[in-house]
Amino acid sequence: MAQMTMIQAITDAMRTELKNDENVLVFGEDVGQNGGVFRATEGLQDEFGEERVFDTPLAESGISGLAIGLGLTGFRPVMEIQFFGFLFETMDGVAGQMARMRYRSGGHYHSPITIRSPFGGGVKTPELHADNLEGLMAQSPGLKVVIPSTPYDAKGLLIAAIRDNDPVVFLEHMKLYRSFREEVPEEEYTVEIGKADVKREGKDITIVTYGAMVHTSLKAADELAEEGIEAEVIDLRTVSPVDMKTVVESVKKTNRAIVVQEAQRQAGIAANVAADISEQAILHLEAPVLRVTAPDTVYPFAAAEDVWLPGTKDIIGKTKAVMHF
Amino acid sequence: MAAKTLEEIESHFEMFQVLNEKGEVVNEDALPDLTDDELKELMERMVYTRIWDQRAISLNRQGRLGFYAPVAGQEASMLGSQFALDKEDWILPGYRDVPQIVWHGLPLYQAFLYSRGHFHGGQIPEDVKVLMPQIIIGAQIVQTAGVALGLKRKGKENVAITYTGDGGASQGDFYEGMNFAGAYNAPAIFVVQNNQFAISVPVEQQSAAKTIAQKAVAAGIRGVRVDGMDVLAVYAATKEARENAVNGHGPTLLENDCYRYGPHTMAGDDPTRYRTSDLDDEWEKKDPLVRFRKYLENKNLWSEDKENEVVEKAKEDVKAAIKKADDTPKQKVSDLIGIMYETLPVTLKEQLEEYREKESE
Repeated sequence: MAQMTMIQAITDAMRTELKNDENVLVFGEDVGQNGGVFRATEGLQDEFGEERVFDTPLAESGISGLAIGLGLTGFRPVMEIQFFGFLFETMDGVAGQMARMRYRSGGHYHSPITIRSPFGGGVKTPELHADNLEGLMAQSPGLKVVIPSTPYDAKGLLIAAIRDNDPVVFLEHMKLYRSFREEVPEEEYTVEIGKADVKREGKDITIVTYGAMVHTSLKAADELAEEGIEAEVIDLRTVSPVDMKTVVESVKKTNRAIVVQEAQRQAGIAANVAADISEQAILHLEAPVLRVTAPDTVYPFAAAEDVWLPGTKDIIGKTKAVMHF
Repeated sequence: MAAKTLEEIESHFEMFQVLNEKGEVVNEDALPDLTDDELKELMERMVYTRIWDQRAISLNRQGRLGFYAPVAGQEASMLGSQFALDKEDWILPGYRDVPQIVWHGLPLYQAFLYSRGHFHGGQIPEDVKVLMPQIIIGAQIVQTAGVALGLKRKGKENVAITYTGDGGASQGDFYEGMNFAGAYNAPAIFVVQNNQFAISVPVEQQSAAKTIAQKAVAAGIRGVRVDGMDVLAVYAATKEARENAVNGHGPTLLENDCYRYGPHTMAGDDPTRYRTSDLDDEWEKKDPLVRFRKYLENKNLWSEDKENEVVEKAKEDVKAAIKKADDTPKQKVSDLIGIMYETLPVTLKEQLEEYREKESE
């Protein structure tokens, strides 16, 4: 076992699959000699050559089209969108084209594509870099959307994503890239897509979350414990499809829930999870399911990020509101 | 200086023609090396396709076909280019480019099912290298760069060919696709069938560029302007583009100048709002079938009897294909859920059960 940051675990996952399957190709803007703007592909071109790990011209729609075409000819593309705000440049390529390939061909063709992309707030990027667009992706039938919160999960989920025969959007929260290390096995393993993970057990309330908010929620849970409230923190890990079984089992135990997301409030993952809890466990609830989200503005200018992003205080506040309902 | 450069570039895109409107060979050097049987086959395909087009329009009017984009006037551009391909070459069509994929192997009844919006229309047979017709203008062009790069990396001596219209040449994906294929020296052929109008907007209003072919220059690839009403010119230009591509000389853009006689689609477009009948007449004089028929008649390769035989065959085939389409089981929501993913997520499994139950009632 080695101590790895999340970005090292991501590189390790790509290295593992480049070794395992000669049809795996890694490409995007600056991913070759430069090793990616975050160094996620560091060393991979040297190790596997320019035919397997390569730069693309600077055009996101072209990159998606390239991935779709390579997928049709037997390759397993791992494409990078340099920052997830650039998704808008290739919304058709992703949601209009690769997501529908299997469906449009009645199951004949498929798009075994992994889209890796850094996203998420708190690192003071220029606009259209940090945006939480997972809700848009989750509303596109044909895609799966994965968001790891730990190095261990990142490696296992990325390997699973690359091996998946349907397109998987794999979102890497920028703040988590190097924020901590943990034990990550050097050998290959997968973490099942569509399976949530209980990151902290508790009996009083369920906090459902994903991405960087897992860590904010765990911190809030520690503070709540000091006041005698034991929160269970569920990391969804995959936001499409959502593992409602794990969520509902927890809610049946705690009888209370909040959903925490970094994204804006309107529509999105938290709204979907809250609705599903109501549909599947209403008689177990002692209080309404509340949401902790960012406000419905455009993603903020960098200097306003700290006040815009949900924090432990917001989580503690909503938790208490539910506890004292 | 800059104006001079532009003028100089534009002067290089003279129309490439082999047969003139009278069916006379005007470019002996470029005459493709086709056997008599192949020449006859080309004509048969054009006649057949025109009859199928007429039948499709009439079936659409009877409410028996669904979405249909007429092809008359574009037969030379469509079929001459497909005729230059190898069976293992890939075709990435736009929505009007159904004849190419049918002649490449998609059964006609499946093309009709595609028109009707039945998913079996998209279930391309295993050995047929085509994609389903693309609706988003230009999306297929960037995918072509990917297929072409894939063929190259797999060591195949094949090309990916894609089709769009003059309007498609205004899309960003048009440039991105050519630019990617050029950057990777991928074996791709980009065909713009310039039928003069993007629905109603004339090509002169699409761009300041005098030709579409010259847009290849910006991407650093070959560009050729072809008489798209001349099947031998289209065939020869495509053949050359294909040879260049498989021999590692990179992609080519072909601008096939042609005309669609009918409306944009059968869904209410009225060409009299944006075209004059004088213009229609002018283009009909260049008709691809008329000119090639004359050429073949002069060589004693074509006759009225032969033509009638092909017409009857086309009518019978369309009838049989429609019958087969009619006999295809109706699609159910549960069928559609089943083709969303390789392995269904729990949520869709639940919905599948729900619909199976509903549909068994």
